Amino acid sequence: MSLIIELVLLSLGTILVNNFVLVQFMGICPFLGVSRKVSTAFGMSMAVTFVMTVASGVTYLLQTYVLNVFHIEYMQTVAFILVIAVLVQFVEMVLEKMMPALYNALGIYLPLITTNCAVLGVAILNITNGYDFIHSVTYGFSGGLSFTLAILLFAGVRERLETADIPEALKGFPIALITAGLIAMAFLGFQGLKF
Amino acid sequence: MKEFTKGLIKENPTFVQLLGMCPTLAVTTSVINALGMGLSATAVLIASNVVISLLRKFIPNKIRIASYIVVIAGFVSVIEMLLSAFLPEISKALGVFIPLIVVNCIILARAEAFASKNTVGASALDGLGMGLGFTMALTLIGAIRELLGAGSLLGINVLGSGFMPATILILPPGAFLVLGIILGVINLIKAKKGGDSK
Repeated sequence: MSLIIELVLLSLGTILVNNFVLVQFMGICPFLGVSRKVSTAFGMSMAVTFVMTVASGVTYLLQTYVLNVFHIEYMQTVAFILVIAVLVQFVEMVLEKMMPALYNALGIYLPLITTNCAVLGVAILNITNGYDFIHSVTYGFSGGLSFTLAILLFAGVRERLETADIPEALKGFPIALITAGLIAMAFLGFQGLKF
Repeated sequence: MKEFTKGLIKENPTFVQLLGMCPTLAVTTSVINALGMGLSATAVLIASNVVISLLRKFIPNKIRIASYIVVIAGFVSVIEMLLSAFLPEISKALGVFIPLIVVNCIILARAEAFASKNTVGASALDGLGMGLGFTMALTLIGAIRELLGAGSLLGINVLGSGFMPATILILPPGAFLVLGIILGVINLIKAKKGGDSK
């Protein structure tokens, strides 16, 4: 029972207090790049959540049973990025065969995920924080959810921005960044929650 | 020479091409962190540009992205170990963002757009220029945030109370706000210049 409570607290902490995008600055590229519409943002975040969860589990196993056993921890970065790249490719092929509907929805976002730093980031953080398998997978999954929450909120605001009257120089990227800053400021309110 | 100077201002990777946003926002809480990240990325960028340019005739087109990532990841591991051995404080402050240089889009973008098509010398200059442009951008953001957010240029404010209005700048939202305003100012300058030449 205490394990379940611990895992719930870990995910709440990851989603609200240490939000991956707004507080830890991981996955900013897709956060700014594919947040023009709520629907594409949703597709992207589902794909990211999926890959982050699977990648957390796989990289944990790789670190514990391969890198640690053979004492080649210094290969971590190279090994993890390769695993993630292969994993993304694999997920793409499996989805295409087994779940074509989901593949059609997520298809174009999958290749982009290899270079999403949130995925490599969560894999490395799992190891640095010393999580075990269950904690790693939970951390990966809630990391994905925190990305989802941030990008959906941001996309919702951005859809409204399209019609807003903005000073010429701030149009496009600058106003998007300032908006993200304001959302991040709202998330600062969660800092008071300490588990 | 053109290869070197274009990365500094005209095609500045951060302010003009808007690449590599994660480290730009994450590590610019102080000048020293910004410099550390900028120079590490520059070193990786030059090394990977040179190697990829040398190998450009041997790497099969189909698996080129994977090959580039392996080359880049190799150099990032080297930098990671060098930093933790010789500059442990910076290595600690930058934390997970050092291994994350691997997925910094600037490096992959230069490999794909420049090093895979040009000679070794040109690629090295291109890497140096882009890297220094990135470093300059990070240092500028870091200087603004540290100066207004902590009132210093090389020290760190640990008070972190939410009451002082400027503290917000070294907290996460400040990163977004400062970069947004800098880009706005750049647009303004560009618009002014464009207006003059008409």
